[in-house]
Amino acid sequence: MPGVMAAVQRFCTVIEIGGLPIALHCDNPAFNRLLAERYAGYVANSDQAAFDFDIEIATPGSGTGDEDLSVTWNSGRWLMERGDFHAEFNPATARGRIQQTISPYSIDSVLRIVHTLLLARKGGFLMHASSAIRNGRAFLFPGISGAGKTTMARLAPPDAALLTDEISYVIPQDGRYFAVGTPFFGELARVGENLRAPIECVYLLAKGPENKIEPVAGSEAVRGLLGNILFFAQDPEFVGLVFDAALDFAGRVPVRRLTFVPDARVWELIV
Amino acid sequence: MSDKPYVARSTMIAARVLGEETMIMSATDSTLFTLDAVATVIWESADGATPLEEIVKKKVCAQYDISLEVALKDAEVLVEQLAGHGLLLLSDRPIAQPSGPPKVNP
Repeated sequence: MPGVMAAVQRFCTVIEIGGLPIALHCDNPAFNRLLAERYAGYVANSDQAAFDFDIEIATPGSGTGDEDLSVTWNSGRWLMERGDFHAEFNPATARGRIQQTISPYSIDSVLRIVHTLLLARKGGFLMHASSAIRNGRAFLFPGISGAGKTTMARLAPPDAALLTDEISYVIPQDGRYFAVGTPFFGELARVGENLRAPIECVYLLAKGPENKIEPVAGSEAVRGLLGNILFFAQDPEFVGLVFDAALDFAGRVPVRRLTFVPDARVWELIV
Repeated sequence: MSDKPYVARSTMIAARVLGEETMIMSATDSTLFTLDAVATVIWESADGATPLEEIVKKKVCAQYDISLEVALKDAEVLVEQLAGHGLLLLSDRPIAQPSGPPKVNP
């Protein structure tokens, strides 16, 4: 008896951030286009992936993304859940799956979490910070919302390459730390340049009546860093890895407090 | 004198010593705490087997010029605070600490 076979086309977009290519497979052409546009500049060849995720697009439910995030380790898998997505990832098989609505915010969150988990093993981390390269050296500007991350990015001079205005990517290499561009943006709504450079300095941001730079050392520097490093997993071993990374980083990279007036003159200090 | 004299560090934390201070991060909510030198002595001695009074007597009063009565009172306040944040466990009997290597995730 003749049958009808429906061929479902599968799409694959590989997104490479920090040298880590992650393949996202789905059968929804609209979502695939969204990925290509959203992560322009970070899309790699499809045969380069180190990790593969199958994405199932669900119909919108009641989840908005404002619900509490849960990241737990269970039976050899990381489980990541929020109102707008459910994802799991097996590091041993380098495979995972994501169930989410077509929203770009959900996949953005999953990618941030996955990179955080994978970076921790390498001594790296993601940080709430804008960052830019100037004269071949990277500068990070961490701060909570409203501290001035996006302001520093907006004020950057033409000779500075903006890596991100929201989430900085930090990886160790050969005894140094490098900042890498990310597609994770904030208010600026602009993908960072896909570049990397050794980190020269971290400037903890504070707004004030005049531009000035003060050294920050010891536990205060570590507190300043840890207060801005992205944590997701409720797992003592994972927290310990990030703790060690922050301590090592603080011992190798100068941490300073940058009090600034929000105008372009602040960048005269960043050289 | 507290009715829960035994103190033990929680397993749901990560702690690192930096100079004379100890920084502790809760794995439950990522809250960061910093202990000064005296509190660090108590923290490091919180093995679940040694009563708090003995820790204060042998470790704190031996190193610092302070009476046992005052030091113990301060120590009790400290351990209550740390226990309130889930960093320490308090008990009226010795607390068994986990043995063997910690769980390692890939």
